[in-house]
Amino acid sequence: MERGVPVPSIGAKEARLAYAHVVISVLAVLIGGLAGLMQTLIRTGVIPEVFGYYQLLTAHGIMLGLVFTTMFIIGLLYALLAKSFGRFESFPTRVAWLGFWMIIAGAVLVTIMVLANKATVLYTFYAPLMADPVFYIGLVLFVVGTWLSAFAMFRMYADYKRENPGVHPPLPAYMSVMTMLLWVIATLGVAGTILFQLLPLSLGWKDTVGIELSRTLFWYFGHPLVYFWLMPAYIVWYTVVPKVIGGKIFSDALARMAFLLFLLFSFPVGFHHQLTEPGIDPFWKFVQVILTFLVVIPSFMTAFSLFATFELRGRALGARGLFGWVKKMPYGDVRFLAPFVGMLFFIPAGAGGIINASHQLNAMVHNTLWVTGHFHITVGTAVALTFFGTAYWLVPVLRGRTLTKSMNRIGLIQTGTWAFGMSIMSYAMHISGLQGNPRRTGPATYFSDALTREWIPYHIAMAIGGTILLISVLIFVYSMFNLSFLAPKGEEEFPLAETEEAAMETPRFFENWKLWITVTFVLIAFAYTVPIWHLIESAPPGAKGWVLW
Amino acid sequence: MHIHKLEKYWLVFGIILLGVFLTVLGISAFAAGNQPASDADLIDPAKVHQTAPFDKPGLHKIGDNEYELVMVAQAFTFTPGNVEIPKGAKVTFLVTSPDVVHGFQLTGTPVNMMVVPGHINSLTYTFDEAGEFLILCNEYCGTGHHMMATKIKVVD
Repeated sequence: MERGVPVPSIGAKEARLAYAHVVISVLAVLIGGLAGLMQTLIRTGVIPEVFGYYQLLTAHGIMLGLVFTTMFIIGLLYALLAKSFGRFESFPTRVAWLGFWMIIAGAVLVTIMVLANKATVLYTFYAPLMADPVFYIGLVLFVVGTWLSAFAMFRMYADYKRENPGVHPPLPAYMSVMTMLLWVIATLGVAGTILFQLLPLSLGWKDTVGIELSRTLFWYFGHPLVYFWLMPAYIVWYTVVPKVIGGKIFSDALARMAFLLFLLFSFPVGFHHQLTEPGIDPFWKFVQVILTFLVVIPSFMTAFSLFATFELRGRALGARGLFGWVKKMPYGDVRFLAPFVGMLFFIPAGAGGIINASHQLNAMVHNTLWVTGHFHITVGTAVALTFFGTAYWLVPVLRGRTLTKSMNRIGLIQTGTWAFGMSIMSYAMHISGLQGNPRRTGPATYFSDALTREWIPYHIAMAIGGTILLISVLIFVYSMFNLSFLAPKGEEEFPLAETEEAAMETPRFFENWKLWITVTFVLIAFAYTVPIWHLIESAPPGAKGWVLW
Repeated sequence: MHIHKLEKYWLVFGIILLGVFLTVLGISAFAAGNQPASDADLIDPAKVHQTAPFDKPGLHKIGDNEYELVMVAQAFTFTPGNVEIPKGAKVTFLVTSPDVVHGFQLTGTPVNMMVVPGHINSLTYTFDEAGEFLILCNEYCGTGHHMMATKIKVVD
């Protein structure tokens, strides 16, 4: 099979669709970042609790973990599909806009409920904490909106395949569809607990809720969610970064295979978030721990491909020795530097993830600030920095403007401040978490216990890190404004790399969606059927809902 | 499908590492018995205060320097509080919740478990040294979450 060749530019309609999503994600970064800074300051006692601490924490999680990530990802994927396929047909475009407005409606309802202090349940909304029904309705609208976006993308992909028989759709399009497929299968779990458990409970249609079942459905979604954040970053690492450094994609086939393996290995693993919970047999916890670690394989493949790409390019530029390529990379280009720094952060982040997911090591870190530190360097740095670096060329492309030298320099400063602030903050979180400092906790003194007094310097470090991070957020928001409205008009390059000529042929079976979806569901059934049947069959009397804020 | 020779070595190295790591975890879990808190006992969350043993929370001696500490985690307290435990005692913590999900963490130790309404959770720990331990709630349970803590004093 031939590989499809991306078409040169993006049409105005397609650009408007992608840009609308990116704008919302930038706003979410601003609001979520402010909430984050206020939390660190409240914990050190620098500022009083203007908003409730837990209300801010809820807003921070929803804005950054849900709105920023999801909106940026959907916007980026539309742009990649437009670049790969050319013009979108009018039907999927209408579905895409419907999805956009539904997501906005959901996000607005959720935000209003959080501001009104009627949904201070944190972004994990664990049962039997019971928010206002409108909060859950907002979440449903948000999720259904994203399903429409996914449907629009699947339809665009199917249209391309029908019009180009015998051609592999371009790599970025394949990866985009894989990402949205993962999202749709993952959100089935969270939709289940909201529609059948939490919403009926908060409407008063049901008196009680089965908590372990609800938590299991949540984490069935909650871990693949992490891959939904990472996979678009990987798309940029695989297909954009090689172009930015002037190189080529190491192997189209292996990149596709890595994404396929991410889909398969993301699902049957949710129990590693529930290792310390009652009611789940340790055997099934261990099965899911094993399955969790299988994701090491595509991660290792990704690491190899990226560094192979860097080395090949470095050699082409005359680098010698094992690490000669290090000197040849374009560190002065924000489109490279931001994702590259993100990759570096992902090395300790991945190691920390292995600790969290371990059957016994987890007991030392479960629900401590260590975990918070962990996801601030995974999604908060590896993913966020990659998205920032992407936004510096994506926004000018979508707006018909150019990334100027001065804006590039500002982008480098923003990358540096982000990496610096996050280093300080996540280091303090990891270390004090190991000492038992709990996560998701307001300004606590714990009877001025000697151990907890030792945590105070770490809280100060977190506040300093948080302040630097907010400065970085403000620079980013200004940059996006500048690149949207002030930067000189022109044509900015949409950097998508070609595949190395020596690379192998892409096998046909990667396109066998029916097969892969079936395998995915078989794996899910293997990992979840027995324990879920057990949770339902020997369930305790349900728990009633509580409003404790 | 062709895979680059060096990449093959790299993947084989990764997979072997994975195998070693999982074997260590498995031996620790199933041969040495280091399982995470996974109690299977159930309870009606609405009737915690009337159901044994939670109708009489406290430290109960069950053997030679062996104890059971029956505790109720409820927004925003642990009952009983400020427990004194003799040095060298092997203590099994039995915890449940009549309201929302709480955390039960003995800081500086691997005693760390979720307290879920409807379920009883348990862990065993031996206090080899005298001193004070802080028990705190590490799962958000409402606006008083960060006030929810108590102490264990290990005495000679």
